[in-house]
Amino acid sequence: MSLDAYPLVSDWLTPEQDRLLIHTGKVDIGQRISTALVRIVQEELALPPGQLGIAPVRTGHAPDEGITSGSNSIEQSGRAVAAAAATLRARVLDIAVAQQGGEPANWVLEDGFVHRTGTNIRISLIDLAGDLPPNLPIDPDLPRHSPAQSPKPDMRGITEMVTGTFTFLHDLDLPGMWHARRISPPHAKATLQEIDGSAIDKAEAKGIQVIRDGSFLAVAGPREWDVVKAARSLGIACTWDLGGGFPETDVFAHLAPENADRFPVVDGTPQKAPVPDALDAPDLSARFERPYQMHGALAPSAALAEWTGTELDIKSHSQGIYPLREAIADSLELSTDKVEITHVPGSGCYGHNGADDAAFEAALIAIALPNTPILLKWSREDEHAWEPFAPAMAVQVDAKMTDGCVTAFSAEAHSDTHRGRPRPGPNRAGPAKLLANRFRADAMAPYIAPPNMGKHAGMHRNLDPIYAFPEKRLVKNLVQNLPHRTSAMRCLGAVTNVFAIECTMDDLASQTGMDPIAFRQAHLTDPRASAVLRELERRLDNRGPRPDGTGRGIAYAQYKNAMTRVGIAVDVTVTDAADVRLDHAIIVADSGRVIDPDGLTAQLEGGFIQAASWALCEEVTWDRDGITSRDWDSYPVIRFDNVPDIEVVLLDTFDNPSVGAGEASPGPTVAAIANAIQDCTGLRMRRMPFTADALKQAALAL
Amino acid sequence: MTLSLTINGTRHDIASDPDTPLVYVLRDELKLKGTKLGCGLEQCGACAVMVDGKVVLSCVSPVEVFDGQEITTIEGIADTEIGQRVQQAFIEETAAQCGYCTSGLVVAATALLSDTPAPDSAATKEALTPHLCRCGSHPRVLRAIERACAS
Ligand code: FES
Ligand code: FES
Repeated sequence: MSLDAYPLVSDWLTPEQDRLLIHTGKVDIGQRISTALVRIVQEELALPPGQLGIAPVRTGHAPDEGITSGSNSIEQSGRAVAAAAATLRARVLDIAVAQQGGEPANWVLEDGFVHRTGTNIRISLIDLAGDLPPNLPIDPDLPRHSPAQSPKPDMRGITEMVTGTFTFLHDLDLPGMWHARRISPPHAKATLQEIDGSAIDKAEAKGIQVIRDGSFLAVAGPREWDVVKAARSLGIACTWDLGGGFPETDVFAHLAPENADRFPVVDGTPQKAPVPDALDAPDLSARFERPYQMHGALAPSAALAEWTGTELDIKSHSQGIYPLREAIADSLELSTDKVEITHVPGSGCYGHNGADDAAFEAALIAIALPNTPILLKWSREDEHAWEPFAPAMAVQVDAKMTDGCVTAFSAEAHSDTHRGRPRPGPNRAGPAKLLANRFRADAMAPYIAPPNMGKHAGMHRNLDPIYAFPEKRLVKNLVQNLPHRTSAMRCLGAVTNVFAIECTMDDLASQTGMDPIAFRQAHLTDPRASAVLRELERRLDNRGPRPDGTGRGIAYAQYKNAMTRVGIAVDVTVTDAADVRLDHAIIVADSGRVIDPDGLTAQLEGGFIQAASWALCEEVTWDRDGITSRDWDSYPVIRFDNVPDIEVVLLDTFDNPSVGAGEASPGPTVAAIANAIQDCTGLRMRRMPFTADALKQAALAL
Repeated sequence: MTLSLTINGTRHDIASDPDTPLVYVLRDELKLKGTKLGCGLEQCGACAVMVDGKVVLSCVSPVEVFDGQEITTIEGIADTEIGQRVQQAFIEETAAQCGYCTSGLVVAATALLSDTPAPDSAATKEALTPHLCRCGSHPRVLRAIERACAS
């Protein structure tokens, strides 16, 4: 897709002085895409790292690659950059041969030079690249070059990170810059009635400006701490109309077919067709649930904006600068060429957090204070209460078996939309999804998303089990008008779907008296899946039987049934206080050809830890006064004291294309932990998070 | 009244109001941006600095509390041999993803090893428990600290 829109070598690679610049529309969000792109070019062109750079990801300059999400970066940007580099390699060799003679086979690329072997002829690769015509098309069919030795792992930015010199968006400090904070309403139904005038006077006396547009309220000033204090005092001086309070809907009760738009899912894709009848007399029925959870980036969202009177210059950590530009331009009735957005790193978010909302809010403040760069930072409370959450979800599973084999399998997913990014669309979808537009004087109603009918998109991602079941019945149930704004978080529906399917596989295995791995193998037809489970089994054999008093769980999934295959085993202990302690984990993965093994391992481990946190700790809570999980005490997450030893095994299947792995491990992690708790205690936990309280309640209900 | 702070061995006269939390003074007045702000509630560890050799969270306590004390920030960590070892080990283990938690963790690891040269894994985990990482770099951070002890 990226290659069709940007077919020239110079769309992706340009010589700039003594460096080759890589152009990409994908942004680094902690998943190390820039490191992987640099390695791809290094492997192809043998350039030393100092001669490679990544161009700023900026609207109007970078290729428009939509949103950095869905683990697609390597397949899209990676494939395009690789093909551009292979073309550049071939054409540069042609020039060398034309200028200096010999056959292409006489020439090698080494250390930034094109060298004719057996001679002392060495020409700078960057110079030769400068001689290529600017409209040189990419030849997508050229084979990839495989160097004898892979370049050493060298994560971009790591030295700056450990010495405190890496610049995050939050660290920008421009001359004349002002800081800003917002004053958030108590909850999403509240509107601003009035502000005590003397509080505004007080703030203004200290050089603080108060910006108001309807119920959107912010303060800005030259010194950050003064702004933080002003936001607090002004917050107390506001009177809000609470609109009858925040709805205390019982969300899990509401996630039911009778409240849903229903679509059968065939081969991973929802259909506009009648839903087939439920299975008759299933041998096993169970429902699995996940509460609302948050991205909870370590740094609250931020953005920097400056308005010149005619143009807006924005720095954002959004994962989709082009769609965001359209949404902001549309909201402000500007033409898109008057808005420029540059990506500057924030902290790892793994989905759609407050980044886009903060960018728009910074723009609103900047327009009120022209020619002043405005650095808006959300507070920790703002982030916890206002970022778009991952939707609560419920999956009903039913299965029938004959002679130890599954003959029919039904899975019905229920949730609100996973698609809240400000993408353009009908009914001004882009602006409607920016938070501040709900509160401005000219308020827009909350956006109601149409069902996502894409293959393995949204809630039905990985709803289709990877196993060869003779009869499958899969249904997507889109339930809307729930209390919270929701959007994309790492893996979308795959977390709950894999949790449901893989716990069910364990329960079916135990009904037949089969070992969980053998039971799965008996239902798999993909040889690469079987190889992953065999390797997992071998590692477990090496580890020996689990110690008494502990539990062991396994799970398997292939992300989107098409990307990285992952098998996970987890050993847990459950303490007397019913706390689940993670002792040890094994992750076996097949991502095809491995480009950056260290980065891939980091993604798989990172996915494990985040999913362990979802499984054991995380849950958004609220009451009629609004969100009650507003900090890291009321919204606990996993900490170092429960991090297990993790063994990662990469099955490098070199001849297969590289596929993304950033979202491959979380689903099976949650399921493996649930299966391990079951093994240890006999309790089948069907609602996340598996906290001590939840375990105690499950034990009492036995 | 002006305050004076010794930061990374250098004395600074501070103009900020005495009620300003230390992290804002470091970042905004002294332009030492390596110390991060994550919560402002002493819950996440992003703002950790060393004060007289101990880890201190800098996002709540007002700067006046630190008058006359020796403060080391991430920018001064390489002044000690232990700090250099920790930083080198973090690089070799690529113990970061987005890196936002990293300076706090490097500070905490340096303080830990200055106090206990060879902590066992339980002691290391306990010392790092006030620190959050939302990218899941934990296993690498633990390996980096082991490596720093071994070298
Ligand atoms: S910013 Fe100080 S502990 Fe979070
Ligand atoms: S590396 Fe992103 S928060 Fe730790």
